[in-house]
Amino acid sequence: MLKQYSFEDTAVQTFDDKTSLAMRTENLQVFYGTNHAMHDADLAFPKNQITALIGASGSGKSTYLRSLNRMNDGIATVTGKIWYHNVDINEPDVNIYEIRRHIGMVFQRPNPFAKSIRENIVYALRANGIKGKAELAERVEASLKGAALWDEVKDSLDKSALSLSGGQQQRLCIARSIAMEPDVLLLDEPCSALDPISTVKVEETLLKLQKKYTIIIVTHNMQQAARVSSQCAFFHLGHVMEYTSTGTMFSNPQIPVTQDYIAGSFG
Amino acid sequence: MNAKRTDFLATVIIDLIVATVVGILIFLLAYILISGLPHVSWSFLTGTTDAFSGAGGIGVQLFNSFYLLFLTMVISIPISLGAGIYLAEYAKDNWRTSLIRSAIEVLSSLPSVVVGLFGFLLFVVKFKIGFSVISGAIALTFFNLPLLTRNIEESLSAVSRDQREAGLSLGLSKWKTEIGIILPVALPGIVTGIVLSAGRVFGEAAALIYTAGQSAPVTNFADWNPMDPASPLNPFRPAETLAVHIWKVNTEGLASNAAQLSAAASAVLIIAVLLFNLCARLLGNFLYRRVTASK
Repeated sequence: MLKQYSFEDTAVQTFDDKTSLAMRTENLQVFYGTNHAMHDADLAFPKNQITALIGASGSGKSTYLRSLNRMNDGIATVTGKIWYHNVDINEPDVNIYEIRRHIGMVFQRPNPFAKSIRENIVYALRANGIKGKAELAERVEASLKGAALWDEVKDSLDKSALSLSGGQQQRLCIARSIAMEPDVLLLDEPCSALDPISTVKVEETLLKLQKKYTIIIVTHNMQQAARVSSQCAFFHLGHVMEYTSTGTMFSNPQIPVTQDYIAGSFG
Repeated sequence: MNAKRTDFLATVIIDLIVATVVGILIFLLAYILISGLPHVSWSFLTGTTDAFSGAGGIGVQLFNSFYLLFLTMVISIPISLGAGIYLAEYAKDNWRTSLIRSAIEVLSSLPSVVVGLFGFLLFVVKFKIGFSVISGAIALTFFNLPLLTRNIEESLSAVSRDQREAGLSLGLSKWKTEIGIILPVALPGIVTGIVLSAGRVFGEAAALIYTAGQSAPVTNFADWNPMDPASPLNPFRPAETLAVHIWKVNTEGLASNAAQLSAAASAVLIIAVLLFNLCARLLGNFLYRRVTASK
């Protein structure tokens, strides 16, 4: 039996004006039909840091993440404000395609296109008007290096991406996202389908990438959150309960629900 | 009965059923080929038919069958591609969509004679197009649309949602994702559908008797101007196809060797269908490898 916790008792950090933020949400609510899946999420994400969203299954962390680049359009109703460069990107007249070029996403299951490794990366670039051969080649190399995949695939760029291992496929998906040179990279449990060795590689990649990108990662793996993130938000049943630096979250959680989750009482 | 025995029995029964199906198919093919092929000759394949008796070669009919298939596909593939993409991707799950689906199913169960008579009254008589390749192609499009639309919709829907999300998350439009990412993956399934519907077009006779006509005027194969009445490419000339020819030789033909003529024509028809299937599959596989970089 799941213990009842008060949703009033929360501990959510805010940042002062000196911290430069990549994104911020204000009263974000998500509804699947009549099902209220996310209540009043107010979170701010500092630039060039990794923020982890943790919580049990059904806590709303993926729902929240998918709202940030409008991937919930047509699936759920999202209200509230999503501030990105002083623009509320949750407005209906915002160009969502433009937004997604700035806020990239990597999914739970590796989903490379059924194309060659090279084509996986250049397809979206070409669709966005980058046509120069030299520039495309440069972006392929840079993004594959960024995702720590270059050395493994540089001699087989024309092979099918589906011939890669799961871990390689996921790093290709990361490369595909960063080839668009986004600002923010959203990752939805990127390692849940991977073996431990591939997971380590993806985590190392993320730690390197935070120099250039702001990363928000959903994970159900607390060790992973502790290893990679600097900020950590805990979600419970559609509410953001606690948001602090990762160190505090795991050594000194502020409220009972987080303490119980970290201690492994549920989830 | 234990699990092992049940499994063994089920395997035997399934094997028997498959063997029956394959056996019937091989028997049919062998029967048609053995009774028909001895009468097939180069002059039969390329020669012209005597308009009165129905005797003579089937060169024009063979060409007509392929040309009619080509025109039918040119008309029906774009339409069913559009409809299939709409149903798979854009249509909301409501009563209107299920109405469209039912309408497509009803269309696919129309008897071919009815479609033929409809085509005859509308295109041949009312629009004054006359018995022509184009009238036949439009009538056959009615058969093709439901089959192809359903097939394309199913092939597209079978592609994982993850692929769509990947495309959208890179800032690609829904359309671009559909055409550039989903369609190539669905291609083998779509090619299968095209092959199946092509077989139906090759074999169709009833609808064509009233629309494409039962005469195969001698055409000049050196004349490739589609506007010229004598050109084989002219879509407004009457065009008896191979299947219609087989029917006609057997019912109205006055040739003394009608049985041999129709047997030979049947063998040629079957070989043409098999060849077409083979080529379509090779082409489909080739395209699939090109767009997906798979070996």
